[in-house]
Amino acid sequence: MTAIGVVTFPGSLDDRDARTAVEAAGATSIALWHGDADLRGVDAIVLPGGFSYGDYLRCGAIARFAPVMEHVIEAAKAGMPVLGICNGFQILCESHLLPGALIRNDHRTFLCRDQALVIENNRTAWTNEYAEGERIIIPLKNGEGGFVADAETVARLEGEGRVVARYADVNPNGSINAIAGITNERGNVVGLMPHPEHAISDLTGPGTDGLRFFTSVLQSLVSA
Amino acid sequence: MVRVIVDVMPKPEILDPQGKAVLGALPRLGFSGISDVRQGKRFELDVENADEATLAEIAKVAETLLSNPVIEDFVVRVDA
Repeated sequence: MTAIGVVTFPGSLDDRDARTAVEAAGATSIALWHGDADLRGVDAIVLPGGFSYGDYLRCGAIARFAPVMEHVIEAAKAGMPVLGICNGFQILCESHLLPGALIRNDHRTFLCRDQALVIENNRTAWTNEYAEGERIIIPLKNGEGGFVADAETVARLEGEGRVVARYADVNPNGSINAIAGITNERGNVVGLMPHPEHAISDLTGPGTDGLRFFTSVLQSLVSA
Repeated sequence: MVRVIVDVMPKPEILDPQGKAVLGALPRLGFSGISDVRQGKRFELDVENADEATLAEIAKVAETLLSNPVIEDFVVRVDA
């Protein structure tokens, strides 16, 4: 059975929901710890949301140097699917696995809402079960979700189709071009500010639109 | 013991919402004449000697951990 590791850093909040989502998708979830010296044989990794290391210094800046991250970075470069959600996205940027950075929301307030997105790239390891241009609604909750990068990087991301998801209707945090998520050149590493793991059940979320991020990765691992 | 200062500032082209919030509060407190505020971070690092090799190492520290070169600039200087 496919095993997906979810890394818990000190200050992670959404690691349990991420593991629940992994299980709901039909995979085995493995709890990884920030101090782990190996990846326990997992096939893919989720870096969950929260406030790793209290967001000290910069969001994700200290998590990047956690012992387990050395192995995550190595595996990601070798092609293992890695999804960073919210704080996980920030960690991926700080690790230079994804370009750009996330800065404080332009309106300066923490925002928590059900957010409409458009999936623009359905060729990544984490989005292949969505239709290109599909509109989904999943929760967004962050204080530092403004995606920024220099003009050249943004042009490259747009030109290469590496914007995975874009905010619809409203730009909730001042992200350049309303970018909500991006991928690396290979399509195995995806960073996403909103939270698909909170939208896997009608009982506890705005719907089940988020579940296919987790079934997508199973699909990509099977066909790999 | 020598103190080395690392100043980290958001790049000029990067929006600085915290600086903007401070700027917005000034008139309410009765301060006028300040046209812009940028907020950064100051790190104080104590070392035995601030020789060239040490300062080069601190520049490396500033580049890899203390700042994020995507959004921030830094300056390393020895505290006078």
